Amino acid sequence: MSVKTGVEYEVVIGLEIHAELSTDSKVFCGCSTAFGAVPNSQVCPVCLGLPGSLPVLNRTAVEYAIKAGLALNCEIARYSKFDRKQYFYPDLPKAYQISQYDLPLCRNGWVEFEMEGEVRRVRINRVHLEEEAGKSVHSGERLLGSDYSLIDYNRGGIPLIEIVTEPDLRSPEEARVFLEHLRQILFFTGVSDVKMEEGSLRCDANISLRPKGSSKFSAKTEVKNLNSFRSVQRALEYEAERQRDVLDEGGTLHQETRHWDENRGVTVAMRSKEEAHDYRYFPEPDLVPLVVDDAWIERLRAELPELPRAKQARFVEQYGLPRYDAEVLTATPALADFFEACVAEYGQAKPVSNWMMGELLRLLKADGKGVEQVPVAPKAVADLLRLIDQGTINANVGKEVFEEMFRTGKEPGAIVKERGLEQISDEGALASIVDQVIAANPDAAETVRSGEMKAIGFLVGQVMKQTGGKANPKVVQGLLRERLLGS
Amino acid sequence: MALHDLTAHELRQQLDSGELSSQELTKALLERIEELNGTLNAYITVTAEQALEQARAYDEARARGEATAPLGGIPVALKDNLVTRGVRTTAASRILENWVPPYDATVVERLKAAGAPSLGKTNMDEFAMGGSTETSAFGVARNPWDPGRVPGGSSGGSAIAVAAGMAVWSLGSDTGGSIRQPAAYCGIVGMKPTYGRVSRYGLIAFASSLDQIGPLTRDVTDCALALNLICGFDPRDSTSVSLEVPDFTKALVAEPKGLRVGIHKDYFDQPMDADVRAALERALKVLEDNGAVLKEVSLPSTRYAIHVYYLIAPAEASSNLARFDGVRYGLRVPGADVPRMMEETRSRGFGAEVKRRIILGTYVLSAGHYDAYYKKASQVRTLMRQEFERAFADVDVLVAPTTASTAFRLGEKTENPLEMYMTDYFTIPVNLAGLPALSMPCGVDKDGMPIGLQIIGPPFGEDKVLKAAYTYEQLAWPTGAGRHWRAGREVAVDVR
Repeated sequence: MSVKTGVEYEVVIGLEIHAELSTDSKVFCGCSTAFGAVPNSQVCPVCLGLPGSLPVLNRTAVEYAIKAGLALNCEIARYSKFDRKQYFYPDLPKAYQISQYDLPLCRNGWVEFEMEGEVRRVRINRVHLEEEAGKSVHSGERLLGSDYSLIDYNRGGIPLIEIVTEPDLRSPEEARVFLEHLRQILFFTGVSDVKMEEGSLRCDANISLRPKGSSKFSAKTEVKNLNSFRSVQRALEYEAERQRDVLDEGGTLHQETRHWDENRGVTVAMRSKEEAHDYRYFPEPDLVPLVVDDAWIERLRAELPELPRAKQARFVEQYGLPRYDAEVLTATPALADFFEACVAEYGQAKPVSNWMMGELLRLLKADGKGVEQVPVAPKAVADLLRLIDQGTINANVGKEVFEEMFRTGKEPGAIVKERGLEQISDEGALASIVDQVIAANPDAAETVRSGEMKAIGFLVGQVMKQTGGKANPKVVQGLLRERLLGS
Repeated sequence: MALHDLTAHELRQQLDSGELSSQELTKALLERIEELNGTLNAYITVTAEQALEQARAYDEARARGEATAPLGGIPVALKDNLVTRGVRTTAASRILENWVPPYDATVVERLKAAGAPSLGKTNMDEFAMGGSTETSAFGVARNPWDPGRVPGGSSGGSAIAVAAGMAVWSLGSDTGGSIRQPAAYCGIVGMKPTYGRVSRYGLIAFASSLDQIGPLTRDVTDCALALNLICGFDPRDSTSVSLEVPDFTKALVAEPKGLRVGIHKDYFDQPMDADVRAALERALKVLEDNGAVLKEVSLPSTRYAIHVYYLIAPAEASSNLARFDGVRYGLRVPGADVPRMMEETRSRGFGAEVKRRIILGTYVLSAGHYDAYYKKASQVRTLMRQEFERAFADVDVLVAPTTASTAFRLGEKTENPLEMYMTDYFTIPVNLAGLPALSMPCGVDKDGMPIGLQIIGPPFGEDKVLKAAYTYEQLAWPTGAGRHWRAGREVAVDVR
């Protein structure tokens, strides 16, 4: 609540998300879309907009856009068309972007996600298909004022979907969580790499304030240059605060576009509504309308993979996992598949989950890799767990073995044999070491005898040390009890 | 008859019999270009070396028995808005003065594959915007029958080349009459095929929904041969149509009996030169006397065609020409920053007529105007298309004047754009409806200037148009509609 005016404001946020589709070739020509190639090496007359060239729509790009629409619960338009969005900029080779204006491919969808234990629903206004512009690199901050600018047209013509939400988000945090969830849906659907750091997922945000309880919308600000999930939340927090201050001072807000300055942590005015572009949209005469029939849509619907929330619910249901585990294990389709493959091999879910959430994710995180990039096989994980169950190795040695499996892809049994890591469970072999440890640590032994059971752990540790970690801790504990307590 | 007056199919016989080689023919035409181009300015760029090399390659292939294309070895001229790899392509604009494309238009590929030597790139109105070839940045072109008059436009150079014997045949483009009108003014045959019949890939766009490439020839037979070569689906042009292309020479049957000819009544009600009207009426009488059935047809919405056209064409042009910004190719005039560089480049690179249309088109598409202009125009366009459709239920072809008068004098209409725009009054509806139409000579006026007869067909009814045109040609101008009327007259080169 405002201290000065006593008015309590509600934050209203809508997002416009651009995602590059991960097709092999561009949306209107056959050029490669591979990331990181030599600048201007993946271009042709069409994506350079040379005079006389004409666009031809990439069927796979349409399929990916439809799949994205289906994953976001949209209606798929049986008839849609392309339009030209016109503005001058050096990285836009035709001086228009082929996009969709009044008849987008997908509309009226929704996304559900969880936040603070509560299900939230955000409506999707539309998803449409369009083309990327080239990438400008300025010698200075921006085009104006730079000594020179360079343009890489490799990116120009990569297929892009624009997803527009309704203004259903009510806090900067919710906007970030939603965006993360949306990213996951697109990733699961397999239509985009959704890497914010490589620019294959980008987000602009519209934000306004209104007195709580009001249903009217006030003048909104469009915030641009949000390059990470964190900057989405930070920029919106800053902007909400700024707008609140203006209103508290008795000021008025005007519709405008503002630029998020990540380093300074502020938004800066870019252009007012009056200065906004007139894009002069009109139907693209070089393309024919896009007609999609039911059979095509149904085929694509059937190809849709299980989406994150459904998968989480199933993991809880089918494997009896805690919600948290289910959430972590469904972070990527590859991780979830790996989990299921391990369970299929091993037979029990929770031990697999524990092992993955502990060891596997720790190692993956350290290496910055995904599970699909390491050589460890689900069967090997199951074998490892069985070696521990059978007492061939103890859990600590298991971690060591797993790390080697993770690095080399070797079988756990082979690693254990090679390195002589079998657990020593033979009481005869351990008895003399236990006796030596008791003799060397009379104080601790005395403490145990007096009934302080904590000290037994210390003695077990000493035996483990003597055996290079290979002793079966249960057997060791039994021997110690027998000798010190007579039980 | 001189070599440069022969038709492609006549030359075909000489090439096939071995009495003539493509190299001899090409050399003769290059000499003719050398002789006349200084006055007529039909070519912006002459590619003599390339033409001779292509002719040599053709002759060798023929000697091996490998060359079989009906237009193989027969030199052609290309309008300079058709993109040619390695040969500068200007669209008659300063902004592309030195642009050398890295690729060939689909039609150019087809011509090369057939072994037709390309003599060069012909003059035109800048970006095909104009009806007189006076807006070219490379100087005005002149009518070969009276150099004080315009050749028409925008495919003026392509029409002159064929009329004056500086090429056997040529390709032009027609957005509102740009093939048919100069064909009429220069006294030859010119055809705009159905929209979608010929690939536009590599045609520098003026108005994408209206542009179509077509041939200019000395008679109807050559027109059919040229269509056979250039028509057909192209996966690189989404608006090209994947319909089977018939052998158009099969339509070359002189059969007036039962031919149902619609007379475009609304056009004949329009003001036109008395000589033009008389020539058209004579042509219709020839057909009727020989058994054709004439029927008056009304197409009232065509009266709005010119208005609709001058909304849609500039709108599309303003968008198509936005890419000429000095960043990647063509002219770049330095400026203090990028926006000013773009402004300077476009200010100096485009001529007055192009700027006029860009401004018009930008206005038409601006916020708040789209519905009133572009959208409304598109709706009228649909009505017009439906009207034509109904008309073709009862007739095989429609006959109309190509233009209301013959070639006007240079400079006569340059100060009055509206008057210039009106010269396309009879040709524009065909583009708006996407129909095939041909213009062929049907006589001369009192000054000896040729008059054009326009024959319009239903969508993909090129064969019907050709049949009607061939029938009339055989009845009235049996040695070729594009030269019979001249009665031995030579090209005039004295500039008055």
